[in-house]
Amino acid sequence: MWLLRMIELRNIAKRFQVGEQTVAALDDISLRIDDGEYLAIMGPSGSGKSTLMNILGLLDRASSGDYLLDGINVAELNEVQRTRLRSEKIGFVFQSYHLISRLTARENIELPMMLAGIPVKLRNKKLDEVLEKLDLQDRAGHSPNQLSGGQRQRVAIGRAIIMKPSILLADEPTGNLDSKSGQAVTGLLESLNAEGITLIVVTHDQAMGARSRRQLHMFDGRVKQQEIT
Amino acid sequence: MRLADIITFSSQVLLRQRFRTLVLWVAIAIGVVAVNLLTALGEGAKSYVLSEFNLLGRHTLIVLPGKKETKGGMPPFTGESPRALTLKDAQAVSRLSGVKSVAPLVVGQIEVSYAGKLREAMVMGSSQSFFALRHLELAQGRGLPERDLFKAEAVCVIGQTLRKELFASRPALGEWVRLGDSRFRVIGVLKEAGTSFGFDMDEVIIIPVVSAQTLFNVEGLFRLFVDVRFFQQLNQVKQEITDLLKERHENEEDVTVISQDAMLNSVQKILDTLTYAVMGIASISMLVAGVLIMNMMIITVSQRREEIGLLKAMGATTLLVRNLFLYEAALIAVMAGLSGWLLSHIVLFLANSYFDDIQFHSPWWAQLASILLAVGLAMLFAWLPAKQAASLAPLDALQNRQGR
Repeated sequence: MWLLRMIELRNIAKRFQVGEQTVAALDDISLRIDDGEYLAIMGPSGSGKSTLMNILGLLDRASSGDYLLDGINVAELNEVQRTRLRSEKIGFVFQSYHLISRLTARENIELPMMLAGIPVKLRNKKLDEVLEKLDLQDRAGHSPNQLSGGQRQRVAIGRAIIMKPSILLADEPTGNLDSKSGQAVTGLLESLNAEGITLIVVTHDQAMGARSRRQLHMFDGRVKQQEIT
Repeated sequence: MRLADIITFSSQVLLRQRFRTLVLWVAIAIGVVAVNLLTALGEGAKSYVLSEFNLLGRHTLIVLPGKKETKGGMPPFTGESPRALTLKDAQAVSRLSGVKSVAPLVVGQIEVSYAGKLREAMVMGSSQSFFALRHLELAQGRGLPERDLFKAEAVCVIGQTLRKELFASRPALGEWVRLGDSRFRVIGVLKEAGTSFGFDMDEVIIIPVVSAQTLFNVEGLFRLFVDVRFFQQLNQVKQEITDLLKERHENEEDVTVISQDAMLNSVQKILDTLTYAVMGIASISMLVAGVLIMNMMIITVSQRREEIGLLKAMGATTLLVRNLFLYEAALIAVMAGLSGWLLSHIVLFLANSYFDDIQFHSPWWAQLASILLAVGLAMLFAWLPAKQAASLAPLDALQNRQGR
């Protein structure tokens, strides 16, 4: 089967200056991720997996190397263009949810559309769809601290997919959840992947990593091993 | 982001985080109130001093015997002169066409007694027009008889304190009091007037000028007050008086004619100092208010770094984040500033209805500056931490790291 190469990294490196020393968080990473893939980035803390995710998510810039997203070299984009690209193509799910506590579940999911300036009517239509899909209709008016961990992460996933991104980046999405809610969230992410979204999960949970079709094991800023199951 | 959404977003922040909003609101309002009240206090003191010097009115000229230099200091209240300023001079001045009325003044200290009670009192010898000139009002009876300046009469008008001390609750009108060796009949009692120009008007006795001259055995006048018909003619009349008296005094210019403006000029230094004091008070209170607002704003915005990182990850540009925080700060600062302004006016209104002598009014520039300062500082110190947080990599702000 012929697959589109959505993400292409060529010799990506990220270096930080710590005192007098230069530390390489990422060292010569080359990677292709195809449309609709399910990829797990694994490794101990300090291995560079979070840095890699930040670069993939356009939240951080590489020190050197090329990053092509849908054929666009992101290094050539300015801040506003990168922000727009991020808003259109990438959804984020964080370990600690990062919901805004003063907003209701519905308003949290609505936020990216609000920032993008989408008209209210269209927003409401999309919100109803997503709330139904995530089975959150009766929780829509609740504030985050009235929700369970699993429900919060579902709200966060709703917020990540409301703009219909093609890539979903999840940083330890089940890290703060008990195993049952964790499985439900993993199931939800996988069903989204089955619908065509590219799913990239950063985790050090072996069990979760093992469910993906492709695993990237990182160590000291390098890809140590790649497995395809 | 659409404007309606920006407004919704900011209002949600203010309405749903009520404690935070309340604290900020109070800080900003206190700042505005402090500036307004302190400047009002300073301005009140200043206008009180001014009003003390304004009692004469703009139409009034004062003629002093003797040639005085009024530059660089207070005009002397007593003076020596080789040639006295006489009642005849006063009469001549009153015939000038630009002059509405004149009030001669002879003053002296004397013992006053009634029914065995004895005390020292200030006696002012003058005429009926003195009452209008000095804005003296009568509580009982009438003023001095409006007759010939040169006619002595044994009648007097007394101040409130004297009336209480001499007569207590008994009627004073028609009673005879003893001034030195002479007896005078009380024909009027002044309303309470307080101190004006160094004289406690509640403790004076006013008698016809000739009677005072006899009583103190003096010929010269202590002062001559001249009321001019038209303010525009003030300087012209001033010159005419000087010329007239020079002519009458064997061609020697031995009187000094001063106007209220000249008096004010001579106390200008005091007034300038007071103005600087008011400005100093205003700037210090603005500084304190500013620091208060600055701290509150920095703390509340810094607490939201995580949110800033999130907004950026969700597709908000640095510019949008900054505008959101600016808009929010402006919203609360304007509302809190206006409520502080309102509150300070309520306090001033209450203070002004409580105190009669001194009126507190915050000058318009201080009112405007206090609100502009509050809004400006709130926006500046919302903008600085928001800008800093927005310039971090979104993930650093999200995880509340200082960046690398």
